[in-house]
Amino acid sequence: MMAVTSNKPSALSVFSKGLLVENPTLRQMLGLCPTLAVTTAVTNGIGMGVATTFVLVCSGIVVSLLRNAIPSNMRLPAFITVIAGFVTIVMMLVEAYFPDLNAALGIYLPLIVVNCIVLGRAEVFASKHPARDAALDGLGMGVGFTITLVLMSAIREVLGAGTLAGFQVLPDFITPMNVFVMPPGGFAVLGVLIAASVALEMRRRKRAGEPEDDAAATQEDICAACQICDAKEREA
Amino acid sequence: MMAEYAAILFSMILVNNYVLVKFLGICPFLGVSKKLDSAAGMGCAVTVVMLLATAVTWPLQQLLNALGLGYLQTIAFILVIAVLVQMLEIVVKRFLPPLHEALGVYLPLITTNCAVLGVTILSVDEGYNYPEALVCALGAGLGFLLAMVLFSGVRRRVEEADPPKAFKGMPITLVSAALVSLSFMCFAGVADNLFGVL
Repeated sequence: MMAVTSNKPSALSVFSKGLLVENPTLRQMLGLCPTLAVTTAVTNGIGMGVATTFVLVCSGIVVSLLRNAIPSNMRLPAFITVIAGFVTIVMMLVEAYFPDLNAALGIYLPLIVVNCIVLGRAEVFASKHPARDAALDGLGMGVGFTITLVLMSAIREVLGAGTLAGFQVLPDFITPMNVFVMPPGGFAVLGVLIAASVALEMRRRKRAGEPEDDAAATQEDICAACQICDAKEREA
Repeated sequence: MMAEYAAILFSMILVNNYVLVKFLGICPFLGVSKKLDSAAGMGCAVTVVMLLATAVTWPLQQLLNALGLGYLQTIAFILVIAVLVQMLEIVVKRFLPPLHEALGVYLPLITTNCAVLGVTILSVDEGYNYPEALVCALGAGLGFLLAMVLFSGVRRRVEEADPPKAFKGMPITLVSAALVSLSFMCFAGVADNLFGVL
């Protein structure tokens, strides 16, 4: 955290801020659609996380390298095209080598294009920093996203199906609560996880003697969190 | 024929509700559902864009298939949607200023709304013909509108509640969304009985 004082943050802090402090899902409330949709089994969570991380890192590098070549009023369409290109690559790879995962993720794989984590990082970070930092930032955010997906899918799979990554973990006499792998379970588990992360943050701030008021997830308008529309308003 | 369209429409609105069952378009669902009029405005804007986007992307997919370029689907669709939304904004601003006043603020948000891209890809994946695809898009949009309007009512009550500090804001909103979603679960059986196997 020392690096905050200097203008050039260390490589480690660029990478590690996405893991917890700025965790894309739990702290920034970005990319909620895939977080809710694919976390019915741990294998799906890992697959989605790795696919999104790949797109984040690759599109971050390309956007960063092109940051001086793209005119600023054309940058969002340009970013989306770069991202869509890498998503198409991921789709082809998954379809060719992991057909089961492809069937499980279904429509959510092409929808990585509109995952606001990816476009958000391109706009907020990669378009303003050199390629190495953009790659590390993408990797950190991607790993943070993957950790959240795995955590959430582990909770839902154990409670809802009694298995973990396909292996039976709950004894037979406990009937799994199906609702956890159904859509309502997704909303509820994510709500409790975000509340837990807020509680942890409040405790940390209390210990550090910082004000804890803004630790709560009272994001007024989570659409604004992705900053894409903010950027559009600035242009107008 | 009519029964098929009705089945698709019913299933898209209630059984496979895009927000509450398929988790598409969660950002506007949570972000713009605080007030009834903004929720309804966003829902209407999304419905119009979904219909327009599907009307364009379905023939486009046939063209891509004919040229052997099916793998360009994602790139082509997202660019079509981005252009459509921009054009719609310009046209509405020029010819229907009152409508632009009411819906204009929501239009830029829609480009990256995964529900729109979702419905265009889904209607191709499901192998729908052109009218079926349009009905599917209409149903998805109306389902989104319904979820937004219903949830804005729930939100008003939740805002006045006093949950534990850590649950304030987004967490308690998500938990109430879980309850609304739970109420939509029951439609699965209804659709089977009404229209046979879906």
